[in-house]
Amino acid sequence: MTSFLGLLFDGLAYGTLLFLISVGLSVTLGLMGFINLAHGVFAMAGGYLLVVLMGAAGLPFLAALPLIFVVVAAASLVLERTLYRPLYKSTHLDQVLLTVGIIFVAIAGATYIWGPGQQPVSIPEWLQGQFSLAGVDLSRYRLFLMAIGAAITLGLVFGLERTRFGARVRASVERQRTAAAMGIHVERVFQITFALGSGLAGLGGALGVDVLSLDPHFPLKYLVYFLLIVVVGGPGSIMGTLLAALLLGVADTAGKYYIPETGAFMIYVVMIVLLLVAPHGLLGRKK
Amino acid sequence: MTMVTPPHITHLARRERWSRAEIAFWLAWLAVYFLLPKHLMFAAQILITGLFALSLDLILGYAGIVTLGHAAFFGLGAYTAGLLTKVGVIEPVLGLFGAALVAGTFGFLTSFLVLRGRDLSRLMITLGIGLLLFELANRLTDITGGVDGLQGIAVGKVLGLFEFDLFGKTAYLYVLVVSFGLFVVARALMTAPYGLSLRAIRDNQQRAVAIGIPIRVRLTNIYTLGAVIAGVAGALLTQTTQFVAIDSFGFQRSADLLIMLLIGGTATLYGGFVGACAFLIAQNWLSSINAEYWLFWLGILLIVATRYLRGGVIGGMAKLAALRPMGKKA
Repeated sequence: MTSFLGLLFDGLAYGTLLFLISVGLSVTLGLMGFINLAHGVFAMAGGYLLVVLMGAAGLPFLAALPLIFVVVAAASLVLERTLYRPLYKSTHLDQVLLTVGIIFVAIAGATYIWGPGQQPVSIPEWLQGQFSLAGVDLSRYRLFLMAIGAAITLGLVFGLERTRFGARVRASVERQRTAAAMGIHVERVFQITFALGSGLAGLGGALGVDVLSLDPHFPLKYLVYFLLIVVVGGPGSIMGTLLAALLLGVADTAGKYYIPETGAFMIYVVMIVLLLVAPHGLLGRKK
Repeated sequence: MTMVTPPHITHLARRERWSRAEIAFWLAWLAVYFLLPKHLMFAAQILITGLFALSLDLILGYAGIVTLGHAAFFGLGAYTAGLLTKVGVIEPVLGLFGAALVAGTFGFLTSFLVLRGRDLSRLMITLGIGLLLFELANRLTDITGGVDGLQGIAVGKVLGLFEFDLFGKTAYLYVLVVSFGLFVVARALMTAPYGLSLRAIRDNQQRAVAIGIPIRVRLTNIYTLGAVIAGVAGALLTQTTQFVAIDSFGFQRSADLLIMLLIGGTATLYGGFVGACAFLIAQNWLSSINAEYWLFWLGILLIVATRYLRGGVIGGMAKLAALRPMGKKA
């Protein structure tokens, strides 16, 4: 029983990370229908930035995180402007090829600079170790992850439901042409959400250096996870994405613990079955 | 006074006729046998990859089905041909039929899953199926050899007559004959009204329905045919290299294939062969410098190609020559 609770805890922390990384993809996919397979590149960039900032620049962990968010978001704006925008009206095949190209360049670049191995990062002391709660050993770092995840989710939901910008985003996801006719600058809305989403992915990547193990193949390794979460959650739905990410996190952790011999096999089976049963996502709406 | 043939009939007839460039293209492959005897193994590999790219061209270029897991069928064919030799079926042509049967059956069955959704779910389902088979090959080490690949494949004489030699002479001719044979079939299908109906489905589904094209049936059987040809390509690679690597199921192979087709030009029949030729020669040259270097330039190529290289090499040349809708090879 206690091992199960511990597993659940680890799974939820893992799911939180996956949520942070994929939520941006979900919103941009819902907004523009742009198939961005290279979303994991932003998460990887966040991870490597953390390694550089804490290593060479000597910044403290907590100071590095906001900086990473800003830098990755800014970098994504440049990419959006130069590479993504010309292909919004293009075929899905072109979008896939472009983003696969970005993944390849990112893998080659990361290998060239940091080498093919995994990158270690030293978490500050006050986040290390475990504490015990009702007989279950819980890792401080994972609790920290979940707290950040909860705070960001609340912030996102509040921003989307209660602010003017959130209303614009929702209107654009719901019916792009009508939104544009009402005077909403859909491309601008998309640009900003793209940057926010990429920044969050960078943050997730930075927080997950230890948990997700950072190496140059990161964007390909987790590609299926991100896509799975977005499609199962229903593109454009924050709560759906959260639910899907937590489910996947727990299922993957439990699967690796109880039936390690199947490996990633179960995830793929689950993905195919879910896509057949609920093609519009668990909480997604039919369009 | 003779009847005047209606223009659309002469147009169809002209589409069907083999142009000089096409004949020259295949004669060039035959000439390779005599002119470049030292590079026959490599040339055979290009032909096999070109055949594999042709199979993708049928389902992606002509029918417009987006897939990220076409390597699944290549791998299935490769492992089937390898495993058949282990159970005593060492005659290569039988191996090809076995591979075609397995890959085709799997293609037919999965076509229902793939064709259910739209582009995004198609991408994910094909990706998922590809990864699933990779994991399976990785786990079933007793049968597949796992990460080490399937080794010790002893291939018999072709039709019991021609033995594979060390220099790859027999292997090259064998690959050339099989590739040409399948190409003729694919070409005949694509120039026939059947191929036109596929393009109609790709370009405008609603109108295709309106003029009475059975969309589901067409897509299911072209997907199956693509799987069969991919399976045969996989089997050819197994038989000529006498080894199956686990990465025949890999994502990289599916992605590389898309790139080749993009370089060569989609829906041109020859695009796959031209693309495979350019891709493999460049890969051979660049990755001997550094493997990461190669991946980097590949990525750059993809990014540039989606913006500026519409239609690929063949499309570009057709524009230059502005002769016929059929592509040409220099």
